[in-house]
Amino acid sequence: MEYSEEKLIEEKVFKDPVHRYVHVRDRVIWDLIGTKEFQRLRRVKQLGTTYLTFHGAEHSRFNHSLGVYEITRRIVDNAFASRPEWDEGERLLSLCAALLHDLGHGPFSHSFEKVFDLDHEDFTREIILGDTEVNQVLTKVAPDFPKKVAEVIEKTYENKLVISLISSQIDADRMDYLQRDAYFTGVSYGHFDMERILRVMRPREDQVVIKQSGMHAVEDYIMSRYQMYWQVYFHPVTRSAEVILTKILHRAKHLHEQNYTFKHKPHHFYSIFEDRMTLQDYLKLDEAVFLYYFQSWEEEEDDILSDLCRRFNNRNLFKYVEFDPAKEYKKLAKLSVLFEQAGLDPEYYLVVDSSSDLPYDFYRPGEEEERLPIHLLKKNGEIRELSRESEIVDAISGKRRTDHKLYYPADFLEKEKARPEIEQIVQILELNLDNGTI
Amino acid sequence: MLKDHAKIIHAISVSGEVIGRKKLQKMIYIAKKMEFPFQERFQFHFYGPYSEELTLRVEELCNMGFLDEVKEKKGGYYQYRYTLTEAGQEFLGENSIEMPCLGDCLTDINDQNARFLELVSTVLYFDNLPGDEVREKIQTVKKSQKYTDEEIADAYAYIASLKEKARQLA
Repeated sequence: MEYSEEKLIEEKVFKDPVHRYVHVRDRVIWDLIGTKEFQRLRRVKQLGTTYLTFHGAEHSRFNHSLGVYEITRRIVDNAFASRPEWDEGERLLSLCAALLHDLGHGPFSHSFEKVFDLDHEDFTREIILGDTEVNQVLTKVAPDFPKKVAEVIEKTYENKLVISLISSQIDADRMDYLQRDAYFTGVSYGHFDMERILRVMRPREDQVVIKQSGMHAVEDYIMSRYQMYWQVYFHPVTRSAEVILTKILHRAKHLHEQNYTFKHKPHHFYSIFEDRMTLQDYLKLDEAVFLYYFQSWEEEEDDILSDLCRRFNNRNLFKYVEFDPAKEYKKLAKLSVLFEQAGLDPEYYLVVDSSSDLPYDFYRPGEEEERLPIHLLKKNGEIRELSRESEIVDAISGKRRTDHKLYYPADFLEKEKARPEIEQIVQILELNLDNGTI
Repeated sequence: MLKDHAKIIHAISVSGEVIGRKKLQKMIYIAKKMEFPFQERFQFHFYGPYSEELTLRVEELCNMGFLDEVKEKKGGYYQYRYTLTEAGQEFLGENSIEMPCLGDCLTDINDQNARFLELVSTVLYFDNLPGDEVREKIQTVKKSQKYTDEEIADAYAYIASLKEKARQLA
């Protein structure tokens, strides 16, 4: 029997709090899960610093990847099976791409990628095509199979229906992370009737469409995306932790460039600092490694690095005020000067964070062909864009809601409040000193 | 601070007016590929390289009142026009951006039609592949656009001239 068709003698199941069970029968999928590159995802949290706000959010990209695989499996084995528009020959490719779609994510990847100008998608490609255990498994299926898997994940594969299963505005990726993130954060948003959506999905040449009768289930899905975005993904406290994490990495890089002698040498970071990182260097990084350095760097002589690390490790985060860049950007220049006078480097201690810095996606109705929208299949066979049929979706799609916050170390201001420049800062930021806290 | 916002304002300022969200996406992507330091990350979507970060940043700039967005009906769909407001000019005055050659490049890109820019940005997206594979890719991912060999050759020539322009001015 060909490796691509080989089945396990007994089905393996992973107990899963979101989907109850994740079922594996294909030998290829089982082998991929066992590779060291896939196992590394256990050590990368799905929601980065969100655990500092919602303490349950400790789930990993490993959990999520299995979930995306399971949803895709249910779509291709149940919803699509024996439909003429679906090519059964694409089944294994769809499952592998679903399982591996986040393979290149690094530790705290949002901040990490931003500071070092990296893109996890590039690493996903490199892991799939490079000298790795994942590549060995995929190559056993066929020599060109790794390339096909990489193309599906990069959204450049010829069969767009396969791409849309894991990468469209209603796909297995989003359906898993919304439910999983809701479960682990403990919030009551993020719930929708996935079983219903899976039942009304229909394959078409270029994408999955949804039977009109399933519109209300899709409305729920869009609403939960909207609510999760503002309530969880964009929580101001999580953003504060991201700000500090970003600044730690910037500071460490800056110190290395200044030939600073670290007490605890950042061996894992040298190749990134010097822009010569290999895939093998990248694969050695995980969140345990980062947290080890953050703990060690608390003892560094550089006051900024040690202070930022203490803040991150002990969750002594920056506080924030709402900030309107249009009206207040001049204020910001003034604050920068005052921060410097107070001995706080504004580069590290006065930070504007905008909603566009963390772009989780809203539903977009596909105006000007920006993104492929969700299409409903009407009884008469007509295809209509979702927001044209649903008033609820129309009400929230394309509506702008943006947000900016200014982060600062309130504890420092409190401690030094007698100093004249701090008094001025407190005044400009309109902080309340009456109850002894700011 | 707000440097990334200022760069987008600067780009629209030097372009005069940008008609179409899709065009704006392609302009910034191409400029980024010419090594102008835009931070927005692009991924390949159904219609080519697209940045959700850029979409959100432009939305923020409109909300701040630094960009003016006019929505107009064109045939069966809506199109958006972007220009700089007075407040945007003032903001730019206080946040100077050093990208001296950007104006010439973006004006040139802005003069091209959307179909051609879609092709140019797709060619650039696959610039790590050998030429033959790029052609094959374009025929695969842009099948419905039916780009001819001549158009693809024009896209390569255009990219070369744009690189030259960026280099000369630098």
